[in-house]
Amino acid sequence: MGLQNTVLPDDLRSLSTRMRRRIIEQSLESNVGHIGSALSITDILAVLWTEVMRNPGGDDPDRDRFILAKGHAALALYSILRERGQLSEEQFHTYCKDNTLLNAHPEYGLPSVEVATGSLGQGLSVGCGIAYGLRQRGSPGRVFVLVSDAECNEGQLWEAVMFAAHQRLKNLIAIVDLNGMQAMGSTESILHLGSLSNRFAAFGWKSIEVEGHEHTALRNAFHAGLADSDRPTVFVARTALGKGVSFMENRLEWHYRNLTPALAQTALQEMEV
Amino acid sequence: MRSAFVDALCEQAARDERIFLITADLGWSVLERFATAYPARFLNVGVAEQNMLGVAAGLAREGYTPFVYSIATFASMRGYEQLRDGAALHQLPVRVVGIGGGFSYGHAGPTHHALEDLAIMRSQAGVTTLAPADSAQARRALSVVADVPGPVYFRIEKEQLPDIPTLAGRFALDSPELVRAGKDVLYLATGSISHTVLKVADQLQRQGISAAVAIQAHLSFRSSQALCRLLSAYPRVISVEEGTTAGGLGSLAAESIAENGLATQLSIQGIRGFFSHGGSNEFLRSRHGLDPTSLAKVAAQWSHRKEAA
Repeated sequence: MGLQNTVLPDDLRSLSTRMRRRIIEQSLESNVGHIGSALSITDILAVLWTEVMRNPGGDDPDRDRFILAKGHAALALYSILRERGQLSEEQFHTYCKDNTLLNAHPEYGLPSVEVATGSLGQGLSVGCGIAYGLRQRGSPGRVFVLVSDAECNEGQLWEAVMFAAHQRLKNLIAIVDLNGMQAMGSTESILHLGSLSNRFAAFGWKSIEVEGHEHTALRNAFHAGLADSDRPTVFVARTALGKGVSFMENRLEWHYRNLTPALAQTALQEMEV
Repeated sequence: MRSAFVDALCEQAARDERIFLITADLGWSVLERFATAYPARFLNVGVAEQNMLGVAAGLAREGYTPFVYSIATFASMRGYEQLRDGAALHQLPVRVVGIGGGFSYGHAGPTHHALEDLAIMRSQAGVTTLAPADSAQARRALSVVADVPGPVYFRIEKEQLPDIPTLAGRFALDSPELVRAGKDVLYLATGSISHTVLKVADQLQRQGISAAVAIQAHLSFRSSQALCRLLSAYPRVISVEEGTTAGGLGSLAAESIAENGLATQLSIQGIRGFFSHGGSNEFLRSRHGLDPTSLAKVAAQWSHRKEAA
């Protein structure tokens, strides 16, 4: 069962803080953006990878699989992998440098990356196929797919939602990072989708809303929601772009902007462990 | 050909438990035999080709060999990026079966004419692109590529066609198969239009022109020694494909000649325009110069030029 149920909420908070510090420091070092998107899923990853998923990222054929469908938040994934020792410090620092496997979107070939992502809308379909295959061969493995709210603009995502419901893929779990922002504005102003929770539910999914930065709430929701599901489950997690850095929170420009040393310093001061 | 292909797939599935068949809700009256024999390995995902290619990549990631099935336009194009980012990038054994390339769905109109499927598939280095000429060759190709680790695209003719006796079901990756000897000119064909090309050679023989015919069912990303050897053995080659002249068989022949400095002259016959109209298969082929008379003219004109010179 790996690290399941071994982490206390206080530890989770400090794990998230360490991940956030890594995101800031490494973004500065590599001069790469997408910081806001990475910060918005940090708490979700901290809970999923320590308390929910079984043996994620290894080579156990029955492990739980994780797909970062919103691939542009890859630095958050690398941060949890580093915290768990699944990436070395040296590897972590190759982020977005020449000839690295740690690109701005997760690349296949890096251990712990099940599927390369970056083109939005595709991850849930691949997750469906993996979940179907796991069920077909009688494996208890589950598939966790983290999608962005803007990704729900993609038609293919809803093809996968329908497929999963029809096939009653109870071993498929989607998490929506509902940070309300997309590349050029708020999700509400660009393509208003109303309640995503209701939309998934309307297609036959078990749908659960949760505060995406509250570790205890996240853990409880995952454990209760996955206890006895007979269908695919979605957790719609309310988050904030750039969470944890006051000048980034809910600010559109931090979808893309890069840091300066001074800004990084300010950000890090806000997140002393 | 599609029925023979599905029969062959059923036989292979009996021996190979990795095989899955997935359709985006096409194949009525053709796929039932597989669905009945292997219900646990048959999936109809609904009219959703993008998801179909994604699901196939996921299944392949778990050790299965999914065959995804649709009309060639939809199979090759609607989920193209999904094939590229999924099975091609991860080198997973997804098999895409595109039914009825070229003008096979003539009266269905331009949305159903797969003119560029071979060209776009060939442009992916990680995709093995195949257009077998007849059922026996398709059957052989199916077994040859059974363990190819990356994706394979099969363009499979919709109609029932007789097998080409001189091809005798031969197929090898990279390799052209000579099906008719001749010395003046070589017709190099791919896919089911090979049947037409053989008629062309017969017609030319009556005009005193000796035309050889070879079939290149594998449209490889790079030219092969086998193809170069064949091309260099003829002064003139006419490539024939029921698809766009950019990117497919003609391009492969041209690249082979240019990169290897061959002295062979090449004429590329295929579809030059983008828009097609509805009409019978024969009508549309002849509109694009892919009927026996037009194809024979290419060699005949070449021959006249030679005499004049």
